[in-house]
Amino acid sequence: MQSVGMIILQRLGLGLVTLFVVSVIIFTAVNMLPGDFAQAILGQGATPEAVEAIRESIGLNKDPFTRYFEWLTAALQGDFGTSFAQVSFSEFAGSDTGKGGIGSVTDQLVPRFKNTLFLASVAAIISIPLSLVLGILAALYRNSAYDRVVNVSTLSAISSPDFFLAYILILALAVINPLFPAVSNVYDGLTFWERLNASMLPALTLTLAVTAQMMRMTRASIINLLASPYIEMARLKGLSPMRVIVKHALPNALAPIINVIALNLAFLITGVVVVEVVFVYPGIGQLFVDSVKIRDIPIVQACCLVFAATYILLNLTADIASILTNPRLRHPK
Amino acid sequence: MSVLLWVIGIVAGLLAGGWAIRALGRAINLPSKDANIYFRDMPFLASVGLAVATFAIAVVIYFYFIAPTPFFVWAVNGFLFFAFCAFIFRLLGRNVGTEGSKKLFRQMPLTAAFGILVIIVYAITSIFAGAIAPYGQEIVFAKANLLPGGDPATGGDPAHLLGTDQIGRDILSRIIYGAQNTVGIAFITTCLAFLIGTSMGFLAAIKGGWVDQLTSRIVDALMAIPQLIFALLLMTIATAWAGSNGFLVTVYMVLIIAVLDSTRVYRLSRAVGLNIVVMDYIEAAKLRGETLSYLVFKEILPNAIAPLLAEFGLRFCFVFLTIASLSFLGIGIQPPLADWGTMVKDLAAFINFAQFSPLTAALPLMAAGAIALLTVGVNFVVDWMLQKTSGLKE
Repeated sequence: MQSVGMIILQRLGLGLVTLFVVSVIIFTAVNMLPGDFAQAILGQGATPEAVEAIRESIGLNKDPFTRYFEWLTAALQGDFGTSFAQVSFSEFAGSDTGKGGIGSVTDQLVPRFKNTLFLASVAAIISIPLSLVLGILAALYRNSAYDRVVNVSTLSAISSPDFFLAYILILALAVINPLFPAVSNVYDGLTFWERLNASMLPALTLTLAVTAQMMRMTRASIINLLASPYIEMARLKGLSPMRVIVKHALPNALAPIINVIALNLAFLITGVVVVEVVFVYPGIGQLFVDSVKIRDIPIVQACCLVFAATYILLNLTADIASILTNPRLRHPK
Repeated sequence: MSVLLWVIGIVAGLLAGGWAIRALGRAINLPSKDANIYFRDMPFLASVGLAVATFAIAVVIYFYFIAPTPFFVWAVNGFLFFAFCAFIFRLLGRNVGTEGSKKLFRQMPLTAAFGILVIIVYAITSIFAGAIAPYGQEIVFAKANLLPGGDPATGGDPAHLLGTDQIGRDILSRIIYGAQNTVGIAFITTCLAFLIGTSMGFLAAIKGGWVDQLTSRIVDALMAIPQLIFALLLMTIATAWAGSNGFLVTVYMVLIIAVLDSTRVYRLSRAVGLNIVVMDYIEAAKLRGETLSYLVFKEILPNAIAPLLAEFGLRFCFVFLTIASLSFLGIGIQPPLADWGTMVKDLAAFINFAQFSPLTAALPLMAAGAIALLTVGVNFVVDWMLQKTSGLKE
């Protein structure tokens, strides 16, 4: 018999181990680059002296293990190094590179991560209640015309690429009916409503993408329970179908629903890449893609780590939440 | 703010409308007894549903007949056309062919028939792209940026029905060749992922012990990073290795996505394999002294084919979407190969001309729609297959 606290601690420990492994993978992958950072910064045709000097300055002459642990300890303190795109400038400016000065990765990452979180939360606030209501209704009126229409349209929404949904929304709500801006021009100093207005289209795109998944899961997990004897009992007592589903079926279907909500939140954070690029939304996904294109390795590394950490954290939350809502999971056979 | 007010207003109107419909139905004494009982017992939500449906039909009629918007008319026409084609196709399947195939078509929902039809059309287009397309995918014509429509008065050219792109390549030909490149590459990648995933998964299921532990932990670690993010990270490195060689970038992309996707296949085939390995006939085969490859391909694979086939459809969609997203972001399939994801990115700016030239604005949507149509079709078929095999009748 384990206490709930112990289980949560165990899961947290497991999550930390996963995060550690992930950081090793990212570090190893980046170290598979041809040549090394120094050559990547300077490009081809750099003199050997210059390469050697850079190597010295960012500590590339040390062995991989030392470098990995230095990178990890720095990253844990919120210092992800210096962006390649700015390294030369900060050298000229005479600032201390890599210690949160001009052009440090952290400086670029933090405001953009906040923007992405804002976008993801707007999408989550719209999509979670919507998908729960639609899912419960679909379970209530299963096999009706409503259920079929919803089934076909959610399946289509799930299978369409994000940018297809995004461009349809742009066409309908920005170009033909100019309700929202097609380009999300988000910057500091916007009021909350202006910010909401600017990020409405990307948020709606994400909503379309995740609502379908969550709704189908809600419907499926409620319907799964409807054959149980206690639901039959509730029905025979003469309760209304709505009450049977909301009061009796929903609490027991909560574990898979919470699970799928958390997974979709993880998708919201990581799946924003394409959507942010379509709407030129200044979030972490946009930064990530731009850095991938110019091979700005420190930023790519940092973004990857942030994405993976969010992903692991949300999966962990899903795990713990389903254990808390379903006591049976606390006693593994 | 005004949009929010509109939304609230419409929702309130629908609720009131539902209530009014029910009240009306109860107040009037309808000729048939059933209709009276129907309205008496009608729950509020059902009446709201009725109101929503009426409202939706009214909106469709308004935008289709009274104030036609080109895009909406096209969408409705396309929808009706596809539904009609699927219906004809199913009708054909029900009356032509062997007894078995006729029976299959009789039980088939319209969505699945639509999916099968789409898959067949895409397969034909991708195999015979060279014969169907009017021009080659790499030919650059003198006239760049020709508008679609083929009417010289509006800046088009009858020789190029959908116009030409920024550097003068025929867009229609590129869309047709896109079927070959995008679908073909996604198909190869999925096959590769399945080859890796199933062989490793079955191996883990048979061997157990440290082999199972090792492969499973590696897969766990790979799955801890979101797939698109990991693919982007690895593509950064791959592009550095490949340099300016576009073909090599595409090959690396296929390998990277195949490996990343094989983790999901591994999970499934290991789970399926574990259930099969405990069967007596496997025991018998082991005692006969059969080799490992015989066990995997002759004993386990035939018994795992049904779930793997459904998974193949889903994986294909996923791979296809990942490749399209990568290409859309500019790091996937490289030019000169025509590819839908890249085309969407290149043509996206045209969408702003929707007010002046709807056909031009529809170009990026055509390429994106070509991607969506296939994934939707495959998903419909997989959905039907899963329901059929698992007996999820409810």
